[in-house]
Order: sequence, then C-alpha cells, then structure tokens
Amino acid sequence: MSKPKVASDWLCGCAGCHMSLLDIDERILQLVELVDLRATPITDLKEPDEDGVTVGILEGGINNTANEEVAKRMRERCKILVALGDCAVFGGVPAMRNFFGADASLKRAYIDAESNDNEGKIPSSPELAEMTRVRALQEVVTVDLFIPGCPPDADVIFYALSELAQGRIPDIKDDKLHWH
Amino acid sequence: MTTEKITIEPVTRIEGHAKVTIHMNEEGNVDHAYFHVNEFRGFEKFCEGRMVFEMPQITPRICGICPVSHHLAAAKAGDIIMGVEPPPTASILRELMHMGQIIQSHGMHFFELAGPDLILGFDADPAIRNVVGLIGANPELTIRAVELRKFGQDIIYQVGGRRIHPNFAVPGGVNQALTTEKRDHILSGIDKAQETTQIGIQLIKDWADANIEDIEKFAVFHTGYFGLVTPENGLELYDGNIRLVDRDGTQLEYFSAQNYLDIIAEHVEDWSYLKFPYYKKMGWPDGVYRVGPLGRLNIADKIDTPLAQEEFEIYHQINDGKPVNHTLYYHYSRLIEVLFAIERVREILDEPDLLGKDILNKKFDFKGEGVGVIEAPRGTLLHHYWAKPNGQLERVNLIVSTGHNNWAMSEAVDSVAKTYVKGPNVQEGMLNRVEAAIRAYDPCLSCSTHAIGQMPIKLDVINAFGQVIQTITRD
Repeated sequence: MSKPKVASDWLCGCAGCHMSLLDIDERILQLVELVDLRATPITDLKEPDEDGVTVGILEGGINNTANEEVAKRMRERCKILVALGDCAVFGGVPAMRNFFGADASLKRAYIDAESNDNEGKIPSSPELAEMTRVRALQEVVTVDLFIPGCPPDADVIFYALSELAQGRIPDIKDDKLHWH
Repeated sequence: MTTEKITIEPVTRIEGHAKVTIHMNEEGNVDHAYFHVNEFRGFEKFCEGRMVFEMPQITPRICGICPVSHHLAAAKAGDIIMGVEPPPTASILRELMHMGQIIQSHGMHFFELAGPDLILGFDADPAIRNVVGLIGANPELTIRAVELRKFGQDIIYQVGGRRIHPNFAVPGGVNQALTTEKRDHILSGIDKAQETTQIGIQLIKDWADANIEDIEKFAVFHTGYFGLVTPENGLELYDGNIRLVDRDGTQLEYFSAQNYLDIIAEHVEDWSYLKFPYYKKMGWPDGVYRVGPLGRLNIADKIDTPLAQEEFEIYHQINDGKPVNHTLYYHYSRLIEVLFAIERVREILDEPDLLGKDILNKKFDFKGEGVGVIEAPRGTLLHHYWAKPNGQLERVNLIVSTGHNNWAMSEAVDSVAKTYVKGPNVQEGMLNRVEAAIRAYDPCLSCSTHAIGQMPIKLDVINAFGQVIQTITRD
C-alpha cells in the first residue's frame, strides 16, 4: 500500500506551527516512513497534487484574497483538512486587526509610519492580494480536524499525524489541548 | 514586440509568501524580474492601545522562526520606556536565549532550507529536492542537522520554558532564574553542536571551491552594510551601537538605535507589501545596504571568540579585506555566526552571575518612548514604541530584519534571472536558481511585513503585451 500523501501550507500565521512540527526532531525519520510529504513550505512542489492528497494541513487564518484561494484549493484536493494552531482555529493574534480594519492598518504601515519617506503609498499592484477581514479557516472552508495551540506542542502534532497516517482520526482532548 | 511573463508562486523553502514575476523580451531574454512580497498583517496598528508589558507576548507572533528576537526587542523597548536597567544576570540570560535562537534558525536554514540546493543540486528533481531527499542522500548529516536545530531550540526551552513563543523577558529583566541542572543540560550538547557546525563550514567551503564560477556571477553587487557591533567593532548579536559602512568598508555612521529615524527611512513600491529601508543621506536607492550574516561580518573588524575568529580571517580574505558582496557567501557567513553563537554559549555558561537570583529590577523611571534593538538571525530588528503614562501604547513602528534586505533580494532576483533564465524553453532548474537567490538571504516575510507571512512563489512569464504566456508552479 502506498503511503498517504500529506500537503501543508501557511496562510495568515507566523510559521510557528510549522516550526513546532519540526520540533518533533528525530521523529521526522519516523514521519517520512509513515507519510509522503508533498507540497509544503519546506519542499519544492508548488501546490497540492491535482489528483488529491489524503491530509491537507493549513496554518494561519485567512486575511486576504490569496489566502482564500490557497485554502479553497487545499480543501478541494484533500480528504481530511486540518486547521493547525490558534490562527487557523480561531483567527489568533492577527485577528486583532479586525478591531481597526485592513484600511486603517495599511494606512498606518505604508503612509503614516514615522520611518516612511514622503512618498508613502499603499501597495496596490494587481500582482498583490487584497486584504480582507481576518477569519478563522472554518469561516471559509469546512475543516475536519482542529488542533489549537500557539503553537500546538510538537508531541500533539506528531500524535495527530501518526494517527492520520494510519487511517484514524486523532482525538484531540484533555492534555492534548493543554499547550505549554 | 512580444513579451512574456513567468510567475514563480509560491517561492518555497523560505518563510512566508512571495512570488516572482519574470518579464521576458522578444529575444527570449529577461527584461526585468520582480520579487513580490504578498502579505500584510498590521501589527503596527493593532498593537495601539495594548500595554507595554504585553508586547513581549504579542510581537513574537510576528514570526515563529525568530520569536525570541521579537520577544527580546519588545522587552528591551520596554526597559527603555520604563527607564529601568535589567540586572546583569537577566541580561546574560536574555543573551543566552538569543544565542539559542541564532543557532536554531541559522542551523535550520543552512541544512534544511538551503541545503537541498547545495547538497542535492540546483537542478535536482524538485520532488525530492527537500529535507526528505537529504535524509535519503545523507542520513547521518541530516540527523546531525536535526540535532543542531534541537540544541538551539532546547536552549530557548531551558531558559524560557517553551521552544516557540516563550514567556520569559519582561521590562526590567526576566521572570525565571536558571538552575544548575538546566545549565548542565545545555552544556551536555555543546560539543556535538560545535562539531556539526564545523562539518557544515567544511561543506560550504568545499562547495564554494567547486562552484566558484557560479558564486562569482550569482547576484554579485555593491551595497552598504549595516548592523550592531561591540564597542571595538567586533561581531555583536545582542546589544550595542549600529555601524553602517559603504561598499568599501569605510564607516559612514556609528549611532545608537534610539536615533534610527535620523539615519534611515523606508521607501514604498507599489508591487510589494515589503518596504525598502535606505540610508537617508545617500537617498533612495543609492543608500541601500544589506544586513544579516553577510552584512554583520562586513561591518565587523573581528570576532571575539577564537574558532569563529579563525574562520573570519579566511572570510575576510575573500575580497582582500573589503566587504564580501557575493550573495552566495551568505551561507558561509551564516555558519561562521553559528560557530560564534556556540562559543558564546560556552562563555555565558561560565559566567559567575549566570545562576544569580537577582533577575528583575523594579525601580522604574518612566520615559514614555523607546527603541528596542537586537540582531535577529536575519539582521537588525527595531521595535519603537510610544506609551502613555499608564503604559498603554499610542504608536508602534517596526523595522524588521528582512526588510533591510528587500532591495538586495529584488536586485538578486533580477540579476540571477538575467544571468540564468533563457527563453524560449525555460527549465525548472533556471527558476530554482532565482528562488535560491532569495533563499540565500533567508528572508522571513511574515516578519518583514509584520504581516502574516505569505511567501510561496508562482512564476509568470509575461509577454510584451502584458499577457501571461507561461505560469510555472513546479507541480
């Protein structure tokens, strides 16, 4: 039997959940025995396989149009979608922006910041994504498994991935919800 | 006239979300290539109204790769706002934690992010050109690399209780003393960490010997260099004044971070959410400079630990004593810094004050404004806060390490694209070199836009009519 394929990406987060995944340390050798790591931020495939992956993992919430596209594509191409970490599960610290709105935040950073020269402007090239309200993943796509934590403990991530790789849905409760 | 646009999206093996667009001319050569950072979060706005003592907890969420740097920069800004000097024990514990940060971040970058290009090759199959491919090609080295990162992360854990987003430094000091057991635990892993770093240094030197032709045509250009130094212009990662030198190494400025607004400013381009800092006196874009490992070794006259100093002397000869301006030597300079950080950990673990219990100075003398500065793994990090007398922040300005290198990364992308990307049959390996130019700087785009990190890359080839003729997503 071929190994289950796993893809991941980061959206409106800080990469800390992926760092916590790397904090499984030597257990990465066990992990690559269990799963086939496909498109992730630390591998060179650019998007999840068109013919699908078993597990899709997303870190971070949704704060712009590019995040939305990535989240929807991952949802379409994976069987089980995992919201990894507080930003994906709840919106997290970046959702504090919703108290001010994207426009006021952009103005502060690109026009009003004390260090800007007098040619400040809000970047608006069509190459760039448009900012939106910051949302938890579940507001945009259906999520199958939630793993909260800022970041979730490496042990919990390893447990969850091992279970998923063996065709079981992990039970994230009790001490697995108590991140340190 | 025909032109095409190649888009690389996302750029992989970097932190955050980026894409590159390569605009081709009718001869099938590169007209111009752009590095777009495609994310923005808005920490500077939404931290308004928060309490100064909350900032060491909020700002690490800018970046999960270098959370300790934000944690400490925020605490240092808090020290100045509250007018309080941390006790010596607190300062060395903070520095110890920061050395852990440097070791884990640099170690991970060299082996796990850049390593696949250097060890497996720029043209290796993208399906295996990653850390899993490294496990297959050289399991012993990969395990060592994992252990080196673990050594760094474990220092952060021993000192501050968590590997990522620790709760440790507070304005005036730290909230936890170090125990003998924890000190000895850190010490037990240090020899192997040093050995692995030395293996890495030999590896990059051998690679450089074998690839010298590439190194000399791969994004080599002049800039100034910028970062903290010791009072005697030695390499410094934790605290000090900022030194700015020109392309020849001549000092242009030596100043306290409190005065950064007099020295540098930020420029905005429409096509990137990442701003472009520059030296005000020389103006935009003549005043651009580089930071991070290469920048820091270029502003330093020496390194104060013996093994790193030996390497520094070799590094210093690359360009006959002048600043090294080759993008690919970032990898070498990064490992020299790991060696320094490990030696520094050894020194700190021997400090008589290390296990002291006097870790928090509560004698405040409120000042209301302060700039926290630190050399994060990727370069100089500045946190500037203005607080009301009750400690609530009115304004926040952040200049983050990767931002200082924005012009250089953009120039590197353009330069490498022009050198290596040839139409009409653009090969994946050509595009991977463009990404490798970005990777050399080890950007952290979440950090740099204090935005949420979005740095994957898509490559569009655009024709002269602005039509996308090819999109490469390396799938």
